[in-house]
Amino acid sequence: MSHDPVIEARELYVSYPLGRTLFGNKSYLNAVDGISLKIGRGSFFGLVGESGSGKTTLGRALLKAAPISDGEVFYRDDEVSHDLREIEGLALKDYRKRAQLIFQDPYAALSPRMTVRDIIAEPLEVMKLTRNRAETDERVREIAAKCRLNLEHLRRFPHAFSGGQRQRISIARALVSGPRFIVADESVAALDVSIQADVLNLLKQIQRDMGISFLFISHDLSVVAHVCDHVAVMYLGQIVESAPTRSLFARPRHPYTSALLSAIPSLDPDAPKTAEKLEGEIPSPADPPQGCKFHTRCRLARDACKASRPKLREVAPGHMAACHFAEEFDFTRTAAAPAPATTTA
Amino acid sequence: MSLISVRDLAIRFKTDEGLITAVEDVGFDIAPGEVLGLVGESGSGKSVTAKALMRLNGGNTVYGERSTITLTADGQSTEVLKLKRERDMEKIRGGAISMIFQEPMASFAPAITVGDQMVEQLLIHTKLSKKAARDLSIEMLGRVGIPAPEKRFDQFAFEFSGGMRQRAMIAMALSTSPKLLIADEPTTALDVTIQAQVIDLMTDLVTEFGMGILFITHDLGVIAQTADRVAVMYLGRIVETGTVRQVIRDPKHPYTRGLIDALPKLEDLEAELTPVPGDIPSPLNRPAGCVFHTRCSIARAGHCDRVTPEPRSLPDGHTVACHYAEGLPATEVSA
Repeated sequence: MSHDPVIEARELYVSYPLGRTLFGNKSYLNAVDGISLKIGRGSFFGLVGESGSGKTTLGRALLKAAPISDGEVFYRDDEVSHDLREIEGLALKDYRKRAQLIFQDPYAALSPRMTVRDIIAEPLEVMKLTRNRAETDERVREIAAKCRLNLEHLRRFPHAFSGGQRQRISIARALVSGPRFIVADESVAALDVSIQADVLNLLKQIQRDMGISFLFISHDLSVVAHVCDHVAVMYLGQIVESAPTRSLFARPRHPYTSALLSAIPSLDPDAPKTAEKLEGEIPSPADPPQGCKFHTRCRLARDACKASRPKLREVAPGHMAACHFAEEFDFTRTAAAPAPATTTA
Repeated sequence: MSLISVRDLAIRFKTDEGLITAVEDVGFDIAPGEVLGLVGESGSGKSVTAKALMRLNGGNTVYGERSTITLTADGQSTEVLKLKRERDMEKIRGGAISMIFQEPMASFAPAITVGDQMVEQLLIHTKLSKKAARDLSIEMLGRVGIPAPEKRFDQFAFEFSGGMRQRAMIAMALSTSPKLLIADEPTTALDVTIQAQVIDLMTDLVTEFGMGILFITHDLGVIAQTADRVAVMYLGRIVETGTVRQVIRDPKHPYTRGLIDALPKLEDLEAELTPVPGDIPSPLNRPAGCVFHTRCSIARAGHCDRVTPEPRSLPDGHTVACHYAEGLPATEVSA
């Protein structure tokens, strides 16, 4: 993996106007609230968080499919570099070819009136990437084979396929334009467990064989743990923790990450019930708490947390966390019920 | 004495393409205070089975001739499938049996306040006065952990958050004191943190109210944390039943083993994810013999694709419908 990031965002904001207050001041909802991140080339970058945390909006902003209100986003590969804030016209068309999206629901993402061949060929035709039908067909067949779809499949309509097969069709369509960066937004959430593993293995294989970088958005931490090499955790529009996968799961440095991990139901019926349950629900992003956005649900919150918002900073080598007390707390996952760090003299 | 006893349940649907089999040879019991987890993938017949207990399947449903569903509550037995009049079914629906659905937004009427909906069902199923029904509803909303229940009572479902709606759904289902609660993927649409809260709430309520629960989910982790016993369904058949510990720690059916292997586990990040090969066959095209043989790694041609395995009890007390649950045939091993 090269250290040059394929995507680099600095202080990125995506804001939506909420209307005016009594005195004519406009108020905004910051769906993405000052996020900085780097996605390494060829990396499988996981993005997790509850619904309403802004994962999808961030993914779309990186694809230039949501308005960038403030901050900078750059895309770089071996051939070009794009400034996504300013990008338009021909450059934007070029970026569309290089960055693609795989959706969550393979039942809604495929037109029921088009054959699988036409679905996969459509990006080629729209972007005029091939000169004639023969060339298009060849490209479609090549990509279909990579996604384990055979010639017989290409003639059929989506209704004839199961969920897993449909998701493979969506993947083929995303791959056909030869992208270098793919956002996979909850791409296995709608699939059954027995099929999910199959699609995950296919995505990993694509990343390895074709060197494509992925932003893998998911609410399922165990899936992310298995496929991603780096994970960022979002809460109310901000990244609260970002680290290499092993480091994040071995020792989470933010109480939110640790609470998310302990909320996953264990396969062991006799697993000790973890005491660390998050109370309440994610606050409305239209009216986020002052100070640390997580303090209203954090069992460790102190006065400092209400007063000032912690910055995302490096708390261990390569391990970023936005918590005033990241160094003090020990959330080792092996301890089933991480008690607040007791001082052993 | 079981609360509900299901025997030889077969459910078919009349369609333009002919009779489609959704459920075949299904049988189980739930005792009062017991949680039975029903696990399976989409299309396995979990929901259809659950709806049969309340006769909620559509008009094109054909039940098997030998199928029986016996509900025993307050010393009275009812043959659910023999009920003819709507009036008799009403006593069961929402009375003896309540149901919680996956998507709470779709289960509340959007233009009627949550409180009015709770009161309405109490007036139908109990002899409470309107005032008493209101008081009970508010009390129940408080019991499931909804803050300021008096205020929430007069709000609409869209004013509730997702977790709150599911809590209200549970409060509503429990307010008639049902003997059996059917929970159909009650936590699937929720975030993990809220799921954990709802699971805790449900476990507490079972202990408190002592009703039986049929808990339907595709998530084995959720089952491990809630159920006493588990039944695993595949293509309309129960392939394995046992206590939670038996089924999850020592699965005997190749499908159950496949499901557990396919799950990403936090304890072992290096483990390869092994999918169950192939796709679930269409119900229009059910495999002959063992329904799972098309995806099974130990299926033997000439046997598994011809002979349907009957559920058998194993020495450890759990039941499996697989010819080779105790290993492959001796002839093959010695050969």
